[in-house]
Amino acid sequence: MTTLTQPMRGPSALQVSRGDRTSMIGGLAFALIVVVMAAWVPFHFSLGTLTNLVGLFALIILGTTWNLLAGYGGLVSIGQQAFIGAGGYAVIKLADAAGIPLVLSVLLAGVVCAILAYPTSFLLFRLVGGYLAIGTWVVAEVFKLITTQIDSLGGGSGLSLMAFRTDGTSRIARIGTVYWLALAIAVLVILATYFLMRSRLGLGLTAIRDNPTAAGSLGVAVQRSRRIVYVAASAGAGLAGALIAVNSLRVTPDSIYSVNYTAYMIFIVVIGGIGTIEGPILGAIIFYILQQELASHGTWYLIVLGAVAIAVVLAAPKGLWGLLSREGKVEVFPVGHKVTPPR
Amino acid sequence: MDWVNAVLQGVLLGGQYALLACGLSLMFGVMRIVNLAHGVLAVAAAYLAYWLVSHTALPSFVTLIIVIPVMAGVGWLLQMGLFNRALKHGELSPLLVSFGVAVIGANLLQEGFKADSRSIGIGDLATSSIKISDDLSIGVFSLITLVIAVVVIGGLTTFMNYTRIGRGMRATKDDHEAAKLMGINERTMYALATAIAIATVALAGVFLGMSTQFTPTYGDLVLIFAFEAVIIGGLGNLWATLIGGLVLGVAQTVGAQINPAYGVLAGHLVFLAVLLVRPQGLLVQKTVMA
Repeated sequence: MTTLTQPMRGPSALQVSRGDRTSMIGGLAFALIVVVMAAWVPFHFSLGTLTNLVGLFALIILGTTWNLLAGYGGLVSIGQQAFIGAGGYAVIKLADAAGIPLVLSVLLAGVVCAILAYPTSFLLFRLVGGYLAIGTWVVAEVFKLITTQIDSLGGGSGLSLMAFRTDGTSRIARIGTVYWLALAIAVLVILATYFLMRSRLGLGLTAIRDNPTAAGSLGVAVQRSRRIVYVAASAGAGLAGALIAVNSLRVTPDSIYSVNYTAYMIFIVVIGGIGTIEGPILGAIIFYILQQELASHGTWYLIVLGAVAIAVVLAAPKGLWGLLSREGKVEVFPVGHKVTPPR
Repeated sequence: MDWVNAVLQGVLLGGQYALLACGLSLMFGVMRIVNLAHGVLAVAAAYLAYWLVSHTALPSFVTLIIVIPVMAGVGWLLQMGLFNRALKHGELSPLLVSFGVAVIGANLLQEGFKADSRSIGIGDLATSSIKISDDLSIGVFSLITLVIAVVVIGGLTTFMNYTRIGRGMRATKDDHEAAKLMGINERTMYALATAIAIATVALAGVFLGMSTQFTPTYGDLVLIFAFEAVIIGGLGNLWATLIGGLVLGVAQTVGAQINPAYGVLAGHLVFLAVLLVRPQGLLVQKTVMA
């Protein structure tokens, strides 16, 4: 949203800008929506709606971080549920067994997942492309099976969050806390992605996405950048998992490590628009609405979304945001540079 | 003797994994497509056989005459309709498209057949076994599966090496521009390759359905096991996939011998160990991971 002018002078000066008036308006609209979500929505909607909205915020985090992996890092993971699950279990253990305040526990769950993701990346990065994808799923299965084997994690039946019950928090205070926390984390994850993508690392990632070999030969540290993205995205999945756990007050291995989360993430990102920051947010909102509307018809919403996602990949690879933004002319979160030739 | 038995049963189980894996290996070998719908297609074949058995008077094994061509047709259509187009959009698109197919397939099966587990009856064959000693016996059906895996892999290798179409596929794989100049139709080659791959998946899926209970989401495990077999053995070689399947099978049965809950986990851990120590696979010399 800032305009940089090259120090060059004279008639040949090129104007390099990042963002324009649309991104200014878009940024203001984003800020306004966040303010409304934070200050108005909680006081005008039912507690049930707020609980559902936490689910939406978790989807936005999941979509945004999966896009970071696939859209920017070129790493298609179908195993981020490993970290959703690890985050969910971590937050309950941190809050109940270690007695850490809940808000801090959620944030620490993200850190735990980053720590788990770092060594995992060394194993997984021996695979590329589609094989990396299935490899991540194997890792998620290993996480699930190990969790099931640990008695203190409740084995196959899972864990319940006790912290709220034991410290006597009222239902309203509990739902309010989780709602604001989820909103704050979702906004932070979006902004962090935005600033990451505007940084030098982000520039390198964009180059890797377009052509890893060329990027490497130009001095971009391909493996290191990908590792950073993988760790960051896994921390994000962990935060989302922690929010899902404190929102539902319960985790079981089968639900929190479900591969369905991967389906959600892929559909959100692909339909919204892969490789943009706006796309996954849009995708998450669409997914959330469809899920709410079609939930009573079994799993048909997944069949519909699967078909739409395939159509999008084949016919409109830039997704819905690509269509709306008129091929990138409108940007709420401008991460690229635009060069305007001198008049 | 328990351990010898575990290894023996593992080898037999491995035959099933190898049979499940060779289609995945073939599709990657020819097109560089990692088909995430692989497991779902295997389970769909099992459901088709199950449906035929329960709605017609067909004996279980005769359903293969219908199931294999039908699934080969599905493979042809998938390649012509979706994967060929996806390949034009780069490396990620076929992966995403096949994932979409997998989700649609699994959920359609869920809607059509509900989540109850099913199996395809094969009568006495399911329990008959050959006795080797007092403690060791081999299930006849598992033995048949292993033999079929070897025959299918041998057949595919021969086909790829010695027939005109097989050579065309390898030519397309090595240099698709040059192959095109030689008059090979890339799209048809790919569609044929996928049709053959899905035909083997169908065979494997029906055999799976005869040996175990399956549900609409069983395809997840099938994909993971098939993938592990391919990677453990090494990419680009079907015989390596057979060895990979056997190693995976043995790892699972030996793991289960230690503790029944560790079977699948032991398989995953062996896979991860191979990835750590010998990422190119047990049988493949050069690194082909790029």
